[in-house]
Amino acid sequence: MSTQVLMPALSPTMTEGKLAKWHVKVGDEVKSGQVICEIETDKATMEVEAVDEGTVAKILVEEGTEGVAVNTPICVLAGEGEDASTAAASAAAPPSGGHDATPPPGGNAAKADVPNTEGKPKAEMAPQPVAAPAAAPAPEPEWKGGTQHITVREALREAMAAEMRADESVFLMGEEVAQYQGAYKISQGLLEEFGAKRVIDTPITEHGFAGLGVGAAFGGLKPIVEFMTFNFAMQAIDQIINSAAKTHYMSGGQMTCPIVFRGPNGAASRVAAQHSQCYASWYAHVPGLRVLAPWSAADAKGLLRAAIRDPNPVIFLENEILYGQSFDVPEDPDFVLPIGKAKIERAGKDVTIVAFSIMVGKALQAAEELAKIGIDAEVINLRSLRPFDTETIVESVKKTNRLVSCEEGWPFAGIGSELSALMMEHAFDWLDAPVKRVAGLDVPLPYAANLEKMALPQSSHIVEAARAVCNR
Amino acid sequence: MAKPATKPKDDPSPAKAKSPPNLGDNSVSPDELQAHYRDMLLIRRFEERAGQLYGMGLIGGFCHLYIGQEAVVVGMQANVRDKDAVITSYRDHGHMLACGMDPKGVMAELTGRSGGYSKGKGGSMHMFSREKSFYGGHGIVGAQVPIGTGLAFAHKYKGNQNVSLTYFGDGSANQGQVYEAMNMAALWKLPVVYIIENNRYGMGTSVERASATTELYRHGEAFGIPGERVDGMDVLAVRAAGEKAIEHARSGQGPYILEMQTYRYRGHSMSDPAKYRTKEEVDKFRNERDPIEHIRKRLLDAKIVDEAALKAVDTEIRKIVNDAAEFSQHSPEPDPSELWTDILVEA
Repeated sequence: MSTQVLMPALSPTMTEGKLAKWHVKVGDEVKSGQVICEIETDKATMEVEAVDEGTVAKILVEEGTEGVAVNTPICVLAGEGEDASTAAASAAAPPSGGHDATPPPGGNAAKADVPNTEGKPKAEMAPQPVAAPAAAPAPEPEWKGGTQHITVREALREAMAAEMRADESVFLMGEEVAQYQGAYKISQGLLEEFGAKRVIDTPITEHGFAGLGVGAAFGGLKPIVEFMTFNFAMQAIDQIINSAAKTHYMSGGQMTCPIVFRGPNGAASRVAAQHSQCYASWYAHVPGLRVLAPWSAADAKGLLRAAIRDPNPVIFLENEILYGQSFDVPEDPDFVLPIGKAKIERAGKDVTIVAFSIMVGKALQAAEELAKIGIDAEVINLRSLRPFDTETIVESVKKTNRLVSCEEGWPFAGIGSELSALMMEHAFDWLDAPVKRVAGLDVPLPYAANLEKMALPQSSHIVEAARAVCNR
Repeated sequence: MAKPATKPKDDPSPAKAKSPPNLGDNSVSPDELQAHYRDMLLIRRFEERAGQLYGMGLIGGFCHLYIGQEAVVVGMQANVRDKDAVITSYRDHGHMLACGMDPKGVMAELTGRSGGYSKGKGGSMHMFSREKSFYGGHGIVGAQVPIGTGLAFAHKYKGNQNVSLTYFGDGSANQGQVYEAMNMAALWKLPVVYIIENNRYGMGTSVERASATTELYRHGEAFGIPGERVDGMDVLAVRAAGEKAIEHARSGQGPYILEMQTYRYRGHSMSDPAKYRTKEEVDKFRNERDPIEHIRKRLLDAKIVDEAALKAVDTEIRKIVNDAAEFSQHSPEPDPSELWTDILVEA
């Protein structure tokens, strides 16, 4: 059987080229891998190798020909035992077998229908959904029974211990988590209870141990990787995003990466710019991750247990200043929180204040101040940044018609920016004032006590913002 | 292709018990030698066809061919057990075939079709098979090395006797995370074999221009990791070195480095005209060192097979590759709904 050799593309963008030189002539035997000709474009010259074996029956494009379109037949090979002249005669017939030049499948993806997640007619779907559709989280049950008053630190420790007792495949690794008992004492006592096999001190090599954790998760374990702070996770961010977040998708759902990356995020106190940064919007940007940011001890315990059980990579943003603060936590041994559900910490009717992590406490303080001047603020604790509980916020804005967002991170492209955009899309008609953002100043965090205080958002800033949107 | 017909060395097969005629190497049987020939030839023909489909515009983006390097993966995989983990970089088609993955599924992933291993969502550099313990296919230079070390960590944690074969190139060999991973592997005695496929060029930069010391097998010395340089164009040399290294890792002695001296005949990727090396250099390897020709000659010289038998192998492989190419063009593109699936595992 004869086969046609087609003009190949040297790159995805090449459409035509020059057939510079033939290395074979009619009658030559050609073997797989043998160079048969040279092709030139404005960028490169490349040799073309034969894939099929046979005898050159006819050269269809002479050497020196310019502007030969990709996929044009350039020569005919006669198969074994075939008469070369017959093969040449049949050159006009469609190419055979694997040479079938089915048109490349380009361009279709752009036309693909975007899933209609909002029940609107297709014509209105021009703006794509901002996030992949997520299953609605199960409603948060009422936890009966007593509560214990514990610190965020103890809550995190209890969450890890409970999950490690329940599941042998859960282990903790990070810098100083074992013998030193944790740089911030979160893992105190865990080495004693679970042993060195499951509580592992790592060298100070974030990129390496984050990647090692991802491999362990691919291999069927459930690692908890502690970063001494999230500032150091920048060294590991390639493994977190390119390996952990994307592999489930890139494998067509075959691979899973059940891993928790946790540690303190945001400003601590007087440690200057390299050790004081909020990564909330960085990670919340990435499909394939879950991003949680607890405020209270109950958030910390309930969400960390959920994070460890979750089959996906989870970024768990803690806050060093909150570690020593105490809160009531349900004593129920099964206490766990749903991922993706914000919590209304204080109900109010005049303005909605949305915050996460340490800013929730500042928002609640602001609400007390606002109450004194007759403004009844509703404070929402986001708890989860991806998935994002847009519904709870929209419902609140429908009631208050005003929104203030609070975060410690920089304002540009921050969580508040996203929140503002979401309100434009989902609550535009309900807003009586533009959304106001309270955020860290757009500067690297300074060391000097006075400057640091000026750069970080305080409850007074929230009060001012709330008054502004309420015109009071 | 099934896993190479060879069995693990601690499981003597009947084929091995036969006394091998004139092979000059008592550890390999005629059947095994034929299997290696066939496995290498499959990779070669598969890659040639992939190059052709790329030229026809049926494969997009990046496409890194393994032509010339076939002896490395075939020789190493001759030593693996079922659940040993395998992980590599983006030059991964050969590894997938050697792990026993279906050529149809691999080729259909290259063409971005729903019948591909990743349903068309990963492409040439991102394919996986849990069933065959193949963990990718990684597009970031060096990223697979900590991950492969983590797979070894998981094996040790679970207390099984499996190892992780972590492949990377001479280009990756200077990445920081590689040394972070090697340190932990040695520190914790993890069962990992690092296989450095030194094909002499990281894209267009030769090893001499990229590495302060070019003895890559010694790059684990700072961590006390033993290393060995191997003729990566000789499948039997690879196999013998692999046996030793894997045994070292499996028996709890920690990591081992094998530097495979090999050569890629094609450019770094399809769009690389490879102007950084001479035609004479490429021709010298193709004509004098080709791993497949080498075994072909051995099979003929030792009279294990005749030309007709080799021709039959050739025909069989041609059919497998044709079927794969055919499948990869007729498998439908992924359904638009696939755009939104597999982002998260919904618990």
